[in-house]
Amino acid sequence: MVETIITDVLVVGAGLAGERAAIEASSYGHDVIMLSLVPPRRSHSAAAQGGMQASFGNSAKGLGDNPDIHFADTVKGSDWGADQDRVRLFCDLAPVAARQMAHWGIPWNRVVAGKKQLPKDGSWIEDSKENEGLITARDFGGVAKWRCCYTSDGTGHTLLYTMDNVVVQLGIKMHDRIEAISLIYDDGTCYGVVARNLRNGEIRVYLAKSTIIATGGAGRLYGMMSTNAVISEGMGQALCLDTGIVPLGNMEAVQFHPTGLAHVSILMTEGARGDGGYLLDKNLHRFMPEYEPKKAELASRDVVSRRMVEHMRKGLGIEEAGDHFLWLDVRHLGKEHLETNLRDVTEMARDFVGVDPVKELVPVRPTQHYTMGGIRTNIDGAASGLKGLYACGEASCWDMHGFNRLGGNSVAETVVAGMIVGRKVAEHLEGYEVSYPTHVIRDAVARQEDRINRLVKCSDGKENCYEVSAAMSEILEKRVHIFRQGPELEKAVSELQEVYARALKIGLRSNGVGVDPELAQALKIPGLVRMALCVAYGALKRTESRGSHYREDFPSRDDKNWLKRTLARWPEGAELPELKYGKIVITESQPGDRGYGESARKD
Amino acid sequence: MQEYRLEEYPGLNLYIALNKIREEQDSSLQFDFVCRAGICGSCAMVINGRPGLACKTLVSTLSRTITLTPLPVFKLVGDLSVDTGTWFREMAERAGSWVHTDKEFDPEAEEERMSNEKAIEIFELERCIECGCCIASCGTANMREDFMGAAGLNRIARFMIDPRDQRDGADFFEVVGSDDGAFGCMGLMACDDLCPKDLPLQAQLSRVRRAMAKAAFAPKKKVAF
Repeated sequence: MVETIITDVLVVGAGLAGERAAIEASSYGHDVIMLSLVPPRRSHSAAAQGGMQASFGNSAKGLGDNPDIHFADTVKGSDWGADQDRVRLFCDLAPVAARQMAHWGIPWNRVVAGKKQLPKDGSWIEDSKENEGLITARDFGGVAKWRCCYTSDGTGHTLLYTMDNVVVQLGIKMHDRIEAISLIYDDGTCYGVVARNLRNGEIRVYLAKSTIIATGGAGRLYGMMSTNAVISEGMGQALCLDTGIVPLGNMEAVQFHPTGLAHVSILMTEGARGDGGYLLDKNLHRFMPEYEPKKAELASRDVVSRRMVEHMRKGLGIEEAGDHFLWLDVRHLGKEHLETNLRDVTEMARDFVGVDPVKELVPVRPTQHYTMGGIRTNIDGAASGLKGLYACGEASCWDMHGFNRLGGNSVAETVVAGMIVGRKVAEHLEGYEVSYPTHVIRDAVARQEDRINRLVKCSDGKENCYEVSAAMSEILEKRVHIFRQGPELEKAVSELQEVYARALKIGLRSNGVGVDPELAQALKIPGLVRMALCVAYGALKRTESRGSHYREDFPSRDDKNWLKRTLARWPEGAELPELKYGKIVITESQPGDRGYGESARKD
Repeated sequence: MQEYRLEEYPGLNLYIALNKIREEQDSSLQFDFVCRAGICGSCAMVINGRPGLACKTLVSTLSRTITLTPLPVFKLVGDLSVDTGTWFREMAERAGSWVHTDKEFDPEAEEERMSNEKAIEIFELERCIECGCCIASCGTANMREDFMGAAGLNRIARFMIDPRDQRDGADFFEVVGSDDGAFGCMGLMACDDLCPKDLPLQAQLSRVRRAMAKAAFAPKKKVAF
């Protein structure tokens, strides 16, 4: 029998969402173990820059803000694809969650009283003495009020460090360098995971009454052309898809961030535009106001990214060193502002492309950034199909983002949903007992050991896992991007099916002994290609345009036929996902005009 | 020591270079990258004798032959990969790396006010990414495994200046008032020179030592920092 560890709650993934859920479950007295690929403070949450949306209304341009306005912005942003009951819960709780983070130690930037001139349009605002010292906020895309609470442009970092401090304080067990490679489930119940120890390659079993998947997004399906960390492969979602039971929601809803740093795809925060930065073309012309008279650079991300590509297609982008980009101009914000409030992105531009934003234009282009889709759950975070299985954060399709997430709503979701889901798990566990069926565990381990043996012995073939993975990413990047078309998507699906056939024939060049990074990668690839097929096939079948999913051959939103959520399952042995569609919960806001983007266009 | 040859091109950094080696030459090679943007601290290693972040090191800034070794002090996982996670978790536990307060969080109440200057001052010290460069380059840490190092002292300083933390001088003295803490430093200050985030580590050492001196002379009184 392999080493077996038993706990009440197993949290897979130790970013913000997982840690917040673990803290909540632990505070109810449950035994919690967290698994993480990396030391928890290295999780991709740390890379969130600009801020966390919470409707305090403390700053001059936030006055009068409240959860209702946050709700309206979020639902519009989602292009009415979000479940409104979750959006409501989220918007009501976001300020509480942000204050709790302050209680735990995050150094939120605060309101400073006095008059200030805005660099963008030269207008003056005045912050009141009465609000001095309260949590302040900056402007962000697609919002009616300044609502984005921040710590310089290192908000994810400070949130994660603060959260992990609480994890340490509570003594929550952290098993880092452990990778879950399969769920253990039987007869509608999830019992935990089979995992691989990345320190020595050994297989372990974790058994738990409740398993929470919080493994983050799947940006690396797009390979190097993503802002995401290299660990953001979406493995939690892939493990769920592998069951054939648990559906992934809206995998075709992929967010492209307007300002990925050209050449290296590193994120340049939306805060750069929120604080007054412009986008310029090759003639140094500020083009966004012509496309978006009301919001200009601060329309929602899906809209700004499309406008940028549209503008580049007119030949107005810059082509250099194998990349195609536009300029982000923040010079007018001044050295002091850039080196305090936008410090990380200023350093990144200097370090990674040798450009000093204080004096020079920063090359940027839309880049894969966020996975709106994920493990479909109910409002409590319980995954469809398996009892005892939960998901939260970017890995989930809880679904408050619909077809386009607003900037600053993702870190906010992690702390709010983590809190809610952790509490629901804790409540579910009150008086709940479970028996672990040993034959199910034995079989689950045997299946993984068999996969490993076959990879090591090249029993199924000698395909190189890195080449297969690169082929997958290239297809998504080329054919399932910002602008989509039926014929291209059909090609993407058939090419990905060929890649999938190759993924089933992977064999190692290394010997599989010990840590073996190639084995770790090889184990993931078939699951990742299945997810890529969910993205491409979902996009092909959705014959409308909604939020980030834009079909040039179906350019309008079609509420009559498509006001619904794609649910993808992968039956055992299938070559394509099976797509079904589920209802979107609409409680307060009927689908309408977003006020920006194509629907607001008069030409 | 293993040797690999790689063709250089403009913009090539150690993140790309090491991945190319693993994908094309040695699929067993171990190293750690996560954000590849200089903010997560995973990829610290000794690059031609100096600890630094591999992801933001351009090959063009290095000699034709590049020597990479794992960070010392930390337990080796394999090749260039070391176990910083365990070290920093233990440091956080020893430092009591959280806000110590007897106040309960009240979800209905307005947040406690703080000046923006104070928030920025805390943020400055909160910027540590736990990469381990300061520990690997520390003379004391290389000789004594219990030394908290610059990252540990910086963490203490971060909570000393936080008005929400109710610990006083005597409380902090218990944590860092020994050779494993503030008094273990030999003053070589490689930590301050090599910190990839340019944290003011030397200033934090002075801050913590001053506070310890005050606490030593007035152990019963609340000491303001």
